[in-house]
Amino acid sequence: MKKVPVQFTLNGEDKAEFVESGATLLKALREKIGDTSVKAGCQQGTCGSCAVIVDGELRLSCLTLAERCDGAAIETTGGLAHGEVLHPLQRAFNEGFATQCGFCTPGMIMAAKALLDGNPQPSREDVVEAISGNICRCTGYEPIIQAILAAARANSLSAA
Amino acid sequence: MELRKEYFADERKDDLKEIGQPRLRSDALGHVTGTTTFFADRNLPGLLHLKMVRSPHHHARIRAIDLSEAGRHPGVVRILTADDVPHNVYTILTLIQVGPEDETVLATDKVRWKGEAIVAILADSERAAHEAAERVKVDYEVLPAVLSIDEALAPGAPIVNEYHGQNYYRYDSGESRKVRFGDVEAGFAGADHILEQTYGSGPIEHAPTETTGCIVVPEGSGRYTCYTNTQAMFFTLDNTSIILQMDGAKLHMVGGTVGGGFGGKVDVIVEPIAILGAKLTGRPVSFIYSREEEMQISSPRAAEKLVIKDGVMRDGRIVARYVKAYIDAGAYSRHSPYGAQKSAAHFPGPYTVPNVWVDSHCVYTNRTPSSAMRGFGVTIGDFALEVQMDKLARLVGMDPLEFRFVNAYRDGDMKAHRQPTEGAALIECMQEAARASNWPVSEKYLQMSSARREG
Amino acid sequence: MGLGLKTFPTLAAAGEALAASATARYLGGGTLVVRSANEGDVRFDTYVTASEQALTDITVADGRATIGAGVTMARIVREPALGFLAPVAKAVGGAAIRNMATVGGNLFAPVPYGDFAVALLALDANLDIDGQPVAASTFLAGRDTTHARALVRSVSFALPVDGTFKFAKASRIRPKGVSVVTIAAVVEERAGTISSARIAYGCMADRPIRAPAVEMALVGKARTAEGIAAALAVATEGTTPPTDAIASAWYRSEVLPVHLKRLLLSA
Ligand SMILES: Cc1cc2nc3c(=O)[nH]c(=O)nc-3n(C[C@H](O)[C@H](O)[C@H](O)COP(=O)(O)OP(=O)(O)OC[C@H]3O[C@@H](n4cnc5c(N)ncnc54)[C@H](O)[C@@H]3O)c2cc1C
Repeated sequence: MKKVPVQFTLNGEDKAEFVESGATLLKALREKIGDTSVKAGCQQGTCGSCAVIVDGELRLSCLTLAERCDGAAIETTGGLAHGEVLHPLQRAFNEGFATQCGFCTPGMIMAAKALLDGNPQPSREDVVEAISGNICRCTGYEPIIQAILAAARANSLSAA
Repeated sequence: MELRKEYFADERKDDLKEIGQPRLRSDALGHVTGTTTFFADRNLPGLLHLKMVRSPHHHARIRAIDLSEAGRHPGVVRILTADDVPHNVYTILTLIQVGPEDETVLATDKVRWKGEAIVAILADSERAAHEAAERVKVDYEVLPAVLSIDEALAPGAPIVNEYHGQNYYRYDSGESRKVRFGDVEAGFAGADHILEQTYGSGPIEHAPTETTGCIVVPEGSGRYTCYTNTQAMFFTLDNTSIILQMDGAKLHMVGGTVGGGFGGKVDVIVEPIAILGAKLTGRPVSFIYSREEEMQISSPRAAEKLVIKDGVMRDGRIVARYVKAYIDAGAYSRHSPYGAQKSAAHFPGPYTVPNVWVDSHCVYTNRTPSSAMRGFGVTIGDFALEVQMDKLARLVGMDPLEFRFVNAYRDGDMKAHRQPTEGAALIECMQEAARASNWPVSEKYLQMSSARREG
Repeated sequence: MGLGLKTFPTLAAAGEALAASATARYLGGGTLVVRSANEGDVRFDTYVTASEQALTDITVADGRATIGAGVTMARIVREPALGFLAPVAKAVGGAAIRNMATVGGNLFAPVPYGDFAVALLALDANLDIDGQPVAASTFLAGRDTTHARALVRSVSFALPVDGTFKFAKASRIRPKGVSVVTIAAVVEERAGTISSARIAYGCMADRPIRAPAVEMALVGKARTAEGIAAALAVATEGTTPPTDAIASAWYRSEVLPVHLKRLLLSA
């Protein structure tokens, strides 16, 4: 299989890899770079567990070809914390019982981050809309919605 | 959170330190940082990908399997067939003496449901495995299929599973699990009203976000480490040991982190064949269901058909309850004979009824084998019972909640399967639910207690 | 054997590569093609795509809009000059899908997908295929025959008069999900009666279709409950709705007139 070089930044760090032509970003991140915070839940685009942020936009890494991310800035939940210091979304998910099995959590946090990056004070409706492409089978979503709203409030307090 | 400590205050010491306190989940920090290790979160050099070739028919005889082209396909390392499996016909519950063995790990002469595993391809890449799977040629003679409980039990129906000989499980008690309590016929004869209704449900898939799977690593010690998301670690260990005729000490099962299970990961399906693949190739093997396999292949909650006939008095007392339950196991037993048995014991629900008759059948059809799911064997029964309770309440002109107070079981009542009721808190739960939801309930029901009957 | 990606500077060059290989597939945003590959579709082994500028351009001028086939749903939501299409683009998938799903891919999306294509059909859009205008209706009719391997550069349509474009998508999950039925309409009125109507359905056949019987029954009528009654009576004429995991054909036929009525009577 033909290999092609790809360079991008992952959570601010430079990465250069040879990937198989036609391979998905999901495979490149998990299998080449070892960022297993990105989860393979369906590889059909329906569950959102593999969601990452590419150049500021939420994407499904399972449907994105790695080669097309050459030069991009990629963010994943694996790189969100600064050492021991959690991102406000991570803190809110942890404290608000917004995780159960944890499998959807990284993708859910990315969807939430993409929302808050563009809309720091979202309404509940905005939150529901923003995570409508992410499936959680455990929580019933309410704790997740509350955690995202809590993180937005925490953000506005720290910005004030 | 609010604790209502006035209930059962005399039954406990009021020294609760943890209950009622918020405590962070011990695993949540890993979840929010993406560092929780699920079984698939490991990269292994030389990993092989296992892909199943599955039956496209509900019921068919296999005349021949031609692997020549698939075997030559680039990237294919090995193809497993039934001949490779040391103990190919098994049943999970053999561990608790429930037989007969009725399911093949890989099909031999017949497939009994659409999706049944026939041969396993082991290849260097998923793509190569998919390409090779397309090149496997199976010659089928399609057979008539039964796709519902009624079709399966109709006279002259094609036999789904020859290991049983008829389209239902034969218990030591006969064609069904039976509960006999009091005299239902006498109960019906003395009842003011009789209501008979039939309830049905379709199969329900658990749809966990993480699909079923495992990764197996052959170790230098001769052991096999199997990273799995099974919900039934010891069932998996013991059944794998039987299927592979391999000493359990050689099997190192690693699990406990499950990306959603809900009962859907208790069957022993992926591990034995993946371990066999690792053994025969000497390489690590990954067998992970695609989303489509998770939805179509992994066992769902069983479809059920329930006939409930009740005799009820004008004052709301249920005096007789007759239940015929049919649980659709699909083509193989898996956990269903046990599920149907649980279903029998669960009737007549959390109510005290003096005359009860229950027959619960485990039925075989050419559908995807069903198995455990939250409240296994009882959830659909509860749905039917509670709809029936509402209908009965309407029939006698009572409020549905008050109707349930009249019939609720209490401590000391003998249940239909002859276990005395203990620790029943149904009355108190309903009282609290009525208060919390502002549902008006007459005072006499608010004075009731599970611990003693009034008067 | 394996998969590969080939990117060409022009759509024409991509077209040549496609013509040369039966096992090559054009790649738009990839939400459907990459999904197929992930699911084990081995009928193709090469993704072909083009980086031509026109594919991602949006121009709105002289009462006409032209949208490159590679424009994503998210781009359309953000485009002020295409505000009336924002609800359509927003109805496609979740946030991540919208950042990837293109207009071109939507034209090829099999039922129950293709919500944007339903709107294009009601707008009577033309597609640019090899520099030639092809009506959306003609294209869709020949989607898996004459136009199966056609490459679409852009779509263009006359901007509808303010307030005449209507769109509804019924789905079974909130806030959104895959379509039970999708309806787009351009209904113009003059002096209290309907002067022209173009109605398009999604999920009422194996691809987006127009509803000519409804259109005919609307013209000359008032946009009131009585006025549209005759149109609703023929709402399902010419439809062959699919049965899938979302809804049965029967259910789709039952709810179509309800949604059509609400849509036609909406402000
Ligand atoms: C989870 C999920 C939810 C979805 N929800 C919706 C929904 O609500 N509504 C909806 O309408 N769709 C939905 N879709 C389907 C799909 O995302 C959209 O239809 C999308 O617009 C397809 O565009 P694409 O660019 O991703 O297509 P691709 O996958 O890139 O291509 C799809 C097909 O179109 C062909 N193609 C693409 N561009 C061109 C072109 N310029 N010229 C010729 N051929 C071309 C490709 O060769 C391929 O055959 C959903 C998909 C997923 C995975």
